[in-house]
Amino acid sequence: MADPHDVNPQPGRDLGLAFWLTGFVLLVLMPLLNVLPPEDSWLHLSDFSLNRFGKFLAFAILALGLDLIWGYTGVLSLGQGVFFGLGAYCMGMHLMLTIGKESVYGSDLPDFMVWNQVKELPLFWKPFYSFPVAVLGSMLVPTAFALVFGFLAFRSRIKGVYFAIITQALALVAWLVFNRNETNLGGTNGLTDFKQLLGFRLSEPGTQRALYVLTVLCLGGAFLLCRWITRSRAGRVLIAVRDSEPRVVFSGYTPANYKLLVFVVAAALAGLAGMLYVPQVGIITPAQIGVLPSLEMVIWVAVGGRGTLAGAVLGAVSVNLGRSVLTNYFPELWPFILGGLFVVVVLLFPDGLIGIMRQARERFGQLKAKATALPEEELG
Amino acid sequence: MRNVHVTRLSCSGVAAIVTRLSLGLLVLAGIVCLVAGQARAAGAPPSPVLTPLEQALTQIASDDDAVREAALRVVIEQGDSTILPRLEEIRANADRSVRLAIKPVMDLLRNRAKLEGPDPDARRSAATDLGTLGKPLAIPWLEQAAAKESYKWVRYTMLESAALLKLSGQDQAAKLGAVNSLGDLASQNAVPALKDIVAAGSGAEATEAQQSLADAANASIERIETWAVWSTAIETLFRGISLSSILLIMSVGLAIVFGLMGVINMAHGELMMVGAYATFMTQELFKAFLPATMFDYYFAVAMPMAFLVAAGCGLLLEVTVIRFLYGRPLETMLATWGISLVLMQAARVYFGDLTAVAAPAWLSGGLQVMVGVYLPNNRLFIILLSVICVITIYAILFRSGLGLRVRAVTQNRNMSACLGIPTRKVDAYTFAFGSGLAGVAGWALTLIGNVEPGLGQNYIVDSFMVVVTGGVGKLAGTIVASMGIGGLNKLLEPSLGAVYGKVCILVLVILFLQWRPSGLFAIKGRHADS
Repeated sequence: MADPHDVNPQPGRDLGLAFWLTGFVLLVLMPLLNVLPPEDSWLHLSDFSLNRFGKFLAFAILALGLDLIWGYTGVLSLGQGVFFGLGAYCMGMHLMLTIGKESVYGSDLPDFMVWNQVKELPLFWKPFYSFPVAVLGSMLVPTAFALVFGFLAFRSRIKGVYFAIITQALALVAWLVFNRNETNLGGTNGLTDFKQLLGFRLSEPGTQRALYVLTVLCLGGAFLLCRWITRSRAGRVLIAVRDSEPRVVFSGYTPANYKLLVFVVAAALAGLAGMLYVPQVGIITPAQIGVLPSLEMVIWVAVGGRGTLAGAVLGAVSVNLGRSVLTNYFPELWPFILGGLFVVVVLLFPDGLIGIMRQARERFGQLKAKATALPEEELG
Repeated sequence: MRNVHVTRLSCSGVAAIVTRLSLGLLVLAGIVCLVAGQARAAGAPPSPVLTPLEQALTQIASDDDAVREAALRVVIEQGDSTILPRLEEIRANADRSVRLAIKPVMDLLRNRAKLEGPDPDARRSAATDLGTLGKPLAIPWLEQAAAKESYKWVRYTMLESAALLKLSGQDQAAKLGAVNSLGDLASQNAVPALKDIVAAGSGAEATEAQQSLADAANASIERIETWAVWSTAIETLFRGISLSSILLIMSVGLAIVFGLMGVINMAHGELMMVGAYATFMTQELFKAFLPATMFDYYFAVAMPMAFLVAAGCGLLLEVTVIRFLYGRPLETMLATWGISLVLMQAARVYFGDLTAVAAPAWLSGGLQVMVGVYLPNNRLFIILLSVICVITIYAILFRSGLGLRVRAVTQNRNMSACLGIPTRKVDAYTFAFGSGLAGVAGWALTLIGNVEPGLGQNYIVDSFMVVVTGGVGKLAGTIVASMGIGGLNKLLEPSLGAVYGKVCILVLVILFLQWRPSGLFAIKGRHADS
């Protein structure tokens, strides 16, 4: 596992062209392509596509967190969907409450509560009338939950397969609990039918465009945060924990603290992703937070290339893009492809797309070196 | 040919047939009326050859209520199942009030006949029916039948029904006796009737007799309820053991592989599904190629089939995927999860969503061990199977050459390799064996559920938890952990509900791992890193 290229040998160099170019494309070019060209032009990017892309980028934020915990620290969490769900539900609850009297039943209560004959708004819903509480809550609730769970898990040195199984059980249990009606979280149907956010109509393309831009900015921020963490001394310790935990212990560090830190950051990023996901997609249900979605998140990182932040972003976007195209045309094939991806990536491309690109570049570099070396030999 | 003919009939043809039929019915009804009229005109027996029963049968469709009642009484007292066809005939031709009057008579006679039938289950259901029909007349029948009855639980039902009927009678002494005997029988069915008696006895204008009856009823209800508490406790225990043994059969293969290779096979659930489908295919083959009398044996044949097919799949999996991921348990988890997705979708595409296996006759039904406790045969079978599995695995691990090697590699892989044990071969065989066990688990699960692509998913997370809680390397850990998790599940379910029971178990497992981070029975060693 001790791949030398995991720690970037030239800090500061790779935040160069690629970062700014991607940022330019995502932040400037795509919204402009959505707004400027006429609708029938081939350059035009539809509102739907932009909105879809915003969803993928929200997933990319989650993938960054997952890459920190799995790619860098080597702790496989199969329960990342839970943190995503906590963030999403916090924002979803706020959006539910802002519907107000526009709901189907015309009641102040969310529709599903009327349906379930809940007469009064449950106490834990009340703070979510406030937008700042919803925003903070969607990051703090997953953070707090991860803190407790992570503390218990890492303190007793639950690791490797054990940790993966426990987090998977967590995902299963969360899915079961969110599915219940008496938890007042909408049951199987989840939270949906949102109308507005801070007075802006969610159905307006302008609102969605703004949400998209916000997502890109958050992604950029998350990327810089993760970059800062991985470049710091703590980041070195994380990689050391992944490669040989006993050595880290013998060197006088406490791996549990580092793991907890990174687990909590990952959970906060997942919550942020959930918060951005909900207003763009317009629905959150337990189906998005269960065992299978949580595992799919791992495969985004694996496909992109774990241990590299760009890989996490690339993987989340490309797998979801592939998914949305393929489930459209061949719905029956998608599970085969997803399953195949798990196997192929793990077996043949452990460094993912980034690894493939790196290999290609090296190959190309060698060829170029040969090409330039030959004339010199002739000279000599 | 006939079908073709019918479909070619014109509408008018159909109408003509209907008219003709209804005409015929009219004529028939007329004849019946005539006959009935003659019988009434004759008044006294029309001819001396008729027995009282025969006479009653002719009078049963009478318009005169008194005559009909008398006739029905005679029919009930003297009749038996042989006159049922005749009653049916009368009923078919009579009007509504007569039909309503005849129906309970037929039920009584039919059930009375069944009370003496050869099939104990039929005798028992007849006794239950007689109890609910509410005719005190049936009391002596039930008591006579009970005296002759050799099956304990059939006799129990007969006595219970007789006592229930006595409760609705008028005889005070008999009622008191019935109240006491229902208490003795711990009859749950009697509680509503007993509560009625208590209510009647506690009123202001209750007579002394009613009050004493109410006291007796109260005592009986108390006894019945105490018994119910015990029987619920025993049933909960049984359900817990049953779930535990399912978990055990599922986890044991996983645990062996985990102990040996440090790998959790996330496709284990799908290998179970493979075993279940192998069972299903065996059933279909038996249906298609063998006579129906052989059908009940298919289930026995399906067991080795399920084992072999699943073991084959496991071997293939080991050779093509897992072998290359040695020493990388997390990657193995992901890859095997991918395989599980592929297998599940393949089953969905090929077999469709729902197929069921018919349990063989000898596994349907159940065993009643005490009043209110009924143990289904299929669950008992699974418990037995889990015991057999554990014994077999112990025998293989501790009494065979392969087992010796498996234990050696589990304890110290490098040392074993140095001593000439082909560790990779041991891995492959063990993985195949663990997969085969998953197949057997799938075979057993067909008894209690449908065969569907998602079959493996139902319990799989639970069985991962069992493996993690049990720890590696010792089978005892798996046994204790599956008992604990299965038992707790069923223990918490009545009070917390299934979902919060699961939440509770997850919390308990996490807390347990605080105390024992690598499970119940961790291998002791000097490894700094496991």
